[in-house]
Amino acid sequence: MVPADLLPPRFSEWFAARGWSPRAHQLAMIEKAKAGRDALLIAPTGGGKTLAGFLPSLIELAERAPRNTPAGIHTLYISPLKALAVDVERNLMTPIREMGLSIVAESRTGDTGESRKARQRIRPPDILLTTPEQLALFCAWEGAREYFADLSCVIVDEAHAMWPSKRGDLLALDIARLQTFAPRLRRVGLSATVDDPDLVRRWLGRHRQEDPPPLGEVAAKPTEGASAGLRPSPSGPPGHLPQRGRIDASSVDLVLGSGGAQPVVEVLVSGGRVPWAGHTAQHAMAEVYEIIRQSRTALVFVNTRFQAEFAFQELWKLNDDGLPIALHHGSLSAEQRRKVEAAMARGDLRAVVCTSTLDMGIDWGDVDLVIQLAAPKGASRMVQRIGRANHRLDEPSRALFVPASRFEMLECRAAADAILENHLDGEPARVGALDVLAQHVMGCACSEPFRLVDLYDEVRSAGPYADLSWEDFETVVDFVSTGGYALKTYDRFRRIVEDKDGFWKARNAQVVQRHRMNVGAIVSPAVVNVRIGGGRRPSRSGSAPTLSGARSDAKPASTFADRARGGRKIGEAEEGYFEQLTPGDTFVFAGQVWQFNSLVGADAYVSPAPAKDPKMPSWGGSKFPLSTYLASRVRKMMHDEAEWTALPPDVQEWMAYQKARSLIPDEDEMLLETFPRGKRFHMVMYPFEGRLAHTTLAMLLTRRLDRLGVGPLGFVCNDYALNIWSLRPMDELDLPDLFDQDMLGDDLEDWLNESFLMKRAFKACALVGGLIERRYPGEEKSGRQVTFSTDLIYDVLRKHQPDHLLLRCARMDAATGQLDVARLGDLLARIKGRIRHAALDKVSPFAVPIMLEIGRERAPGDAAGEMILAEAEEDLIAEALS
Amino acid sequence: MLLAGRTVLLRGSGALWLASERALVVADLHFEKGSSYAARFGQMLPPYDTRETLTRLEAEVAALEPATLIFLGDSFHDGAAEDRLAADDADRLRALAVGRDLIWAVGNHDADGPRALPGQVIDEMAIGGLILRHEPEPGVQPGEVAGHLHPAARVSSGRGSVRKRCFVTDGQRLILPAFGAYTGGLNILDQAFAGLFAAPPLAGALGGRRVHAVGPKSLRPD
Repeated sequence: MVPADLLPPRFSEWFAARGWSPRAHQLAMIEKAKAGRDALLIAPTGGGKTLAGFLPSLIELAERAPRNTPAGIHTLYISPLKALAVDVERNLMTPIREMGLSIVAESRTGDTGESRKARQRIRPPDILLTTPEQLALFCAWEGAREYFADLSCVIVDEAHAMWPSKRGDLLALDIARLQTFAPRLRRVGLSATVDDPDLVRRWLGRHRQEDPPPLGEVAAKPTEGASAGLRPSPSGPPGHLPQRGRIDASSVDLVLGSGGAQPVVEVLVSGGRVPWAGHTAQHAMAEVYEIIRQSRTALVFVNTRFQAEFAFQELWKLNDDGLPIALHHGSLSAEQRRKVEAAMARGDLRAVVCTSTLDMGIDWGDVDLVIQLAAPKGASRMVQRIGRANHRLDEPSRALFVPASRFEMLECRAAADAILENHLDGEPARVGALDVLAQHVMGCACSEPFRLVDLYDEVRSAGPYADLSWEDFETVVDFVSTGGYALKTYDRFRRIVEDKDGFWKARNAQVVQRHRMNVGAIVSPAVVNVRIGGGRRPSRSGSAPTLSGARSDAKPASTFADRARGGRKIGEAEEGYFEQLTPGDTFVFAGQVWQFNSLVGADAYVSPAPAKDPKMPSWGGSKFPLSTYLASRVRKMMHDEAEWTALPPDVQEWMAYQKARSLIPDEDEMLLETFPRGKRFHMVMYPFEGRLAHTTLAMLLTRRLDRLGVGPLGFVCNDYALNIWSLRPMDELDLPDLFDQDMLGDDLEDWLNESFLMKRAFKACALVGGLIERRYPGEEKSGRQVTFSTDLIYDVLRKHQPDHLLLRCARMDAATGQLDVARLGDLLARIKGRIRHAALDKVSPFAVPIMLEIGRERAPGDAAGEMILAEAEEDLIAEALS
Repeated sequence: MLLAGRTVLLRGSGALWLASERALVVADLHFEKGSSYAARFGQMLPPYDTRETLTRLEAEVAALEPATLIFLGDSFHDGAAEDRLAADDADRLRALAVGRDLIWAVGNHDADGPRALPGQVIDEMAIGGLILRHEPEPGVQPGEVAGHLHPAARVSSGRGSVRKRCFVTDGQRLILPAFGAYTGGLNILDQAFAGLFAAPPLAGALGGRRVHAVGPKSLRPD
């Protein structure tokens, strides 16, 4: 047991006055801090986790001796969300005020006013609460070293959400930088429950390289560089070579909070039936509304923005009692979201329909029920969401799953069981992205001159980059300096230059300014503003692609009066959504029905729609892939008839029909059905590996089927199955050959290179790596313009330098994020020799849901583009002949 | 197709072929556009656009063996672009002049035309009953062939939509797509194209191997 005298009297009195006693993990965190240890605290929400993170700092600050010189920042708190940083600032003020501590705690986010930001630079607060992007900006600032010299503690909140991402890579690099500025810095991570705490510890920890390289010897010898003036290093400096950095998770101590009560999880079978297919759970809305009516405050989670809009709309149609039900998702304007959050904090709301925007963040004591509409997709995410209910550890959280289809019913059941058994989804280990490293290197050069070897060591002390090779580091530096091209055109335009003493720095102030405007590792999908207004025809000022030319290359034959910009902004939405709509279509946004008028540049113009029934937009499924762990549970449940009894009667019946009409595969088998329908022949598979892996598989299979002369016409995928249809029957195919793992070799490479996914991944890497810019001084490019020009750049670069750093980065991102190639590889290995083929004469019960999805997908890619052109041409000929 | 009464060939590459004069016309190559960003902003776009454009141009020259190669303006992205040409790219350009005439019409980006490269610099020219110039003149201009606007079409059918560079013509005048690797496109529904055609024009969308004729009903704004 930890001795309670860890708390100074002022603190224990404060706890006592509040009627609290310090929790074991809070005291443990104080003890770790006193011992100068880094610590990762894993605790469920509601356990006083944030306070546990700050207590050591509050104590140190309260007990510090008065000093004459103004102190620098003592504790830096990093949150993934701006709102959370602001909220924690507010919560932190309570103990500071009540104990009468003389401590200044302030937040700094993208929304913080310029005067406050300037003041924070001159007079730093004791505790600064901020985001990873703001920290990256700080680290790219000339005064960074002095500013952070007094830093004793960095606290990373929601570390479980932060580490497995590019933001996490960037943050790890910046923390390594801070450690250089302030060697005695202590690292603290706060995390929700995770499957493998060691992964988070490794990310957070400082990594020491086993053999320190002979620094003086290497750095002192100025040699003519190979490409960017770098030291020639076929083998790199001795001691810097592919030797593995010691992955030292033990440098971070683990502190576990107490478990809290087991959540109560139920699966709703509304009206005793489960629909065949769908994503919206519309059938269950009346019952969901009734349950909300009986609860104090409910959080209604969905998986996509448009599901959120839909559910919100449906609930308000039923809301005869006028219950305060609100909507919260990433497309709403920040102001609207803040309003909802404030109303929630006041306890004014009975329910909020929300997306992952509320997965984490501010504590709301009043939430007593979490409803998950449509399947949860992963057990860990669900545990996190359930944790939002009832922040009193002794009372169980209540959660209700509402499956939208029969396969989702299986998934919900599996997720509920997994949560009760406390099994969570595993995350793969992460290797830091090189485009993020490029941004960091540029930031370092903006801040102060650096020597390559010093920076290399610092970078490798960050968990995600512990194994970074000298070659890769050199490649990144060369990329930052000259673009990293085999053609040495840009040597005279270098962005960073090496002086005669071997120090690298930014070439000039312009380069520095441009870097600062483009910091960050989040590349959101192209987003357009949704504005009220008629819109006009696209005019030059709105639609001309900047980088690509027409705007600057060509002057209009006549000039046009600048179109009056305007229309109240009601929010933002992904551009792809509006590309599917034609003017006049009606859709739901921000809880109302709108008519889409036009898309002009980065603005979508809409007007309130007279119709009450919107034309249903094509609902996407979940944007989260089904977790591997949950998928395996679903397969097991499907095979084990004893488990069927836990399912509603209509689902049981459906499975019994499937068994009679087709077959139910063993747990380790994959079912593949072929059957004719209409003039087409279908091949439906059920790998349960998530939509991403299925889409990749379908793309690759389609190529193979095309070569076999089967004439594949199209495919559709969901989280559970994929369906390919063709001109000719596919009953007689050599299945083992078709599914051979070698499809992940050349076939994947060929397809990837021309796929739009690669182009999208390349765009993201090019933005993060600084090849293209998000913002130019005085103008912001819309994502639309960026999309357009990076495609051209991608095509040219791929042809002339296929091994370029950014193409490598894009390939890696596409393979992991967009394509789930690793998972597909596992699938192919798993089903080798275990494909159960059922040749049927008509559609099977299992196949119905995926058949219903046909027609929702849009055809991407060049081949489809050709077909569209050909078809449009046919239309024209038909028109001419009629 | 027939342009103002005479037969011309629209190539899938975006070039125009005048068979009886054995003349190949290309517009808006914007050589060294990539390096202009490095020079002006320190933004390191891949410096391969010039050779990419050259490769496409050489393929057309090899296929058609023109006697005259006409650049319809904006061949260079800026006044200093010629000096930034990589040595081997400049060699390839000079090689194109061997055994044929190069004619450089000037555009707004390269108002002076090339200084060191072979060929003749002109403002506009008449050939086989057609007028070739960089920037389309306002109003109806029978027989004019121009570039400058970088036309592109968003073509839509029941299956979705696709955006391609395109020729635009009403049978009287013709606007060529930009030939350069880094040149973007301006939607032909943009007002910049309004008033140039007597009748609603057809788009000739570049589909890789061939040009697809697309009528107004299949066109969409961006």
